[in-house]
Amino acid sequence: MMEKYSLFVPRLVTTEENFAPGHRACIGCGEALAVRHVCKVLGKNVIIVNATGCIEIFSSLFPQTSWQVPWIHTLFENVSAVVSGVESAYKARIRKGKIKDRGVKFVGFGGDGATADIGLQPLSGAMERGHDFLYCCFDNEAYMNTGIQRSSSTPYGAWTTTAPAGKQSIGQITWKKNLPEIAVAHKIPYVATACPSYPFDLMDKVKRGMEMEGPAYIHILSVCPTGWRSSPNQTIEIGRLAVETGVFPLYEVINGEYRLSFDFPKLKPVKEYMKYQRRFGHLTDDVIGRIQARVEEEYLKLREKAGVK
Amino acid sequence: MKKGKIVGLEGSFAIAEAVRMVNADVISAYPITPQTHIVERLAEMIADGELDAEFICVESEHSAMSACVGASAAGARVFTCSAGQGLELMHEVLYIPSSMRLPVVAVAANRALSGPLSVWCDHSDVMALRDIGWIQMFAENNQQAFDLTICAFRIAEDKEVLFPAMVHIDGFYLSHVIEDMVLPDDEVVADFIPEYEYPFALDPERPVSMGCYGPPFIYSEAKKAQEVAFESTKPKILETWEEFGDTFGRYYAPVESYKMEDASIALLTMGSIGETAMLAVDEMREEGKGVGLIRLRLWRPFPFTELREAVKDVELLVVLDRALSSGMGGPVCSEVKSALYDKREDMRIVGFIGGLGGRDITIEGFKYMVNRALEYPEIEEEFEIIGVRE
Repeated sequence: MMEKYSLFVPRLVTTEENFAPGHRACIGCGEALAVRHVCKVLGKNVIIVNATGCIEIFSSLFPQTSWQVPWIHTLFENVSAVVSGVESAYKARIRKGKIKDRGVKFVGFGGDGATADIGLQPLSGAMERGHDFLYCCFDNEAYMNTGIQRSSSTPYGAWTTTAPAGKQSIGQITWKKNLPEIAVAHKIPYVATACPSYPFDLMDKVKRGMEMEGPAYIHILSVCPTGWRSSPNQTIEIGRLAVETGVFPLYEVINGEYRLSFDFPKLKPVKEYMKYQRRFGHLTDDVIGRIQARVEEEYLKLREKAGVK
Repeated sequence: MKKGKIVGLEGSFAIAEAVRMVNADVISAYPITPQTHIVERLAEMIADGELDAEFICVESEHSAMSACVGASAAGARVFTCSAGQGLELMHEVLYIPSSMRLPVVAVAANRALSGPLSVWCDHSDVMALRDIGWIQMFAENNQQAFDLTICAFRIAEDKEVLFPAMVHIDGFYLSHVIEDMVLPDDEVVADFIPEYEYPFALDPERPVSMGCYGPPFIYSEAKKAQEVAFESTKPKILETWEEFGDTFGRYYAPVESYKMEDASIALLTMGSIGETAMLAVDEMREEGKGVGLIRLRLWRPFPFTELREAVKDVELLVVLDRALSSGMGGPVCSEVKSALYDKREDMRIVGFIGGLGGRDITIEGFKYMVNRALEYPEIEEEFEIIGVRE
């Protein structure tokens, strides 16, 4: 039986920090918060493989480290392949009697660039091969570590340094790539979306993903005050608005079955979400209307998949 | 001393036998001609229960090496192999095991690089890997391919080494050719390869952070430390080859000489072409020319001392490159020149490039190179590409 963190929080959430404070994340970083929550659930019996990106940079400046569990970073795009190797090494060595089976879990961390763009192929390969691992994509919707360049996960209309808003452009002119759906298409046992603004939901999902045999994928929206041009003290609120407006719905797909984690029969207008972020500040009502229509359409499709009437 | 039985075996199968005998834990590979027979044979062995290993059929060579890195960091004995374009695609990852001191063992079935597309042998792929920080050695025949693969595991995994090692075999010339060779008994190889325990394996009972990033205040120190450690692998390589010789009866050296005792002219080659060069040397000797042959067995760390010793009485050194560094010439020749530059001012070094993309080099080819080199310094070109139809 899965624990319901939301019901037993005070007793169930450990005060132990496996992702130690003192790292170099920006003020109000939603990603660092998400990593902290994820690591609480992962516990000690885990090996984390991390892509190059914000997390790796703000947590591992030699000779310091925030990681209280075994952690390895090698390159940008290869997390899923490295985690495949780690998992296979354990599998082989346990089978050959070289080490005991202590139920170690294997987890990959990557940003949206490392997941949706440069690392998509290794991720697809690892999911297809069925390695027993959990992949967490911390999606801050652009290459924030290198200075806010657009990725395929950047939302329509957002300003970035490589898709800037200008006289001839609204900024990003493509719609956000739907990574969770790509994961679902691999028919893996567990896919979920999450956001640290809903910490208990996030932790529930990490626990479920971790306990699932085979590949599990969790896509975590990580508010980035630096890149989104938002106020650091509004990180949690912006995350909540992303969910309440339907821009980033929270759901799970367990063995192909969709389940909405929170349903909003009446979504808040996307404008509510966008008004706190200067990356959308240049958008006209016309463009915002287009985004509103698209969000509603996608949300309806999702509700349908989840069987919500 | 013949420990084992004489068999006829393809080079690829010989390597697969070596990997089976050392009892590798994880094999991660992506198919590419002319490497495929190695992975196919290994997959067969696993399917038949002859080898107990995890075979990760990855979706690219980049992932092949990445999975090797992960498996090695988790303490497994790891093997992969690739060729040509595959090595280029995994190029970025190749620097990781050497800088993180992970003893991955790989075989490269040397192949030309596109374009035009060519699956056939040359050393263009090797030459792009010169700076990856791996121990690299060249096999000349299938026996050596087998022997050096066994040695590569022992060397790489030595706790005083802990560097990745790559064995180069010429694509098709070795990978697809059946030769007779001595296949030792499994037990003898097992005795030669110690049980492997990686001292820093990723393990929740001993948490470590691997791959922290290095800002300017530490990067230079990290690279210097790596280089000092890398250079100190040489004695271990020599020691292993010595012990291998004592056990199996076949001895290897960083630079191997053939009929060099009284040679004033020396050919220098790497890989399978050395055997043709030997025949050429024999014929030229009969013609009264004082020619000998030097083969580089160890490519990295570069055998400076042994090379200088091997050419100490040579007046003319003819270097054959199976790769072309555009606008520069033969990469091996460049390295040899730089290794000998201020040591042997009285020696002439002439570079030729041949055997590109599977073009054969015959005995006549070597004779041409020697005769042409004897015309030096009349040759104006910095290097010459031989055997090309005009």
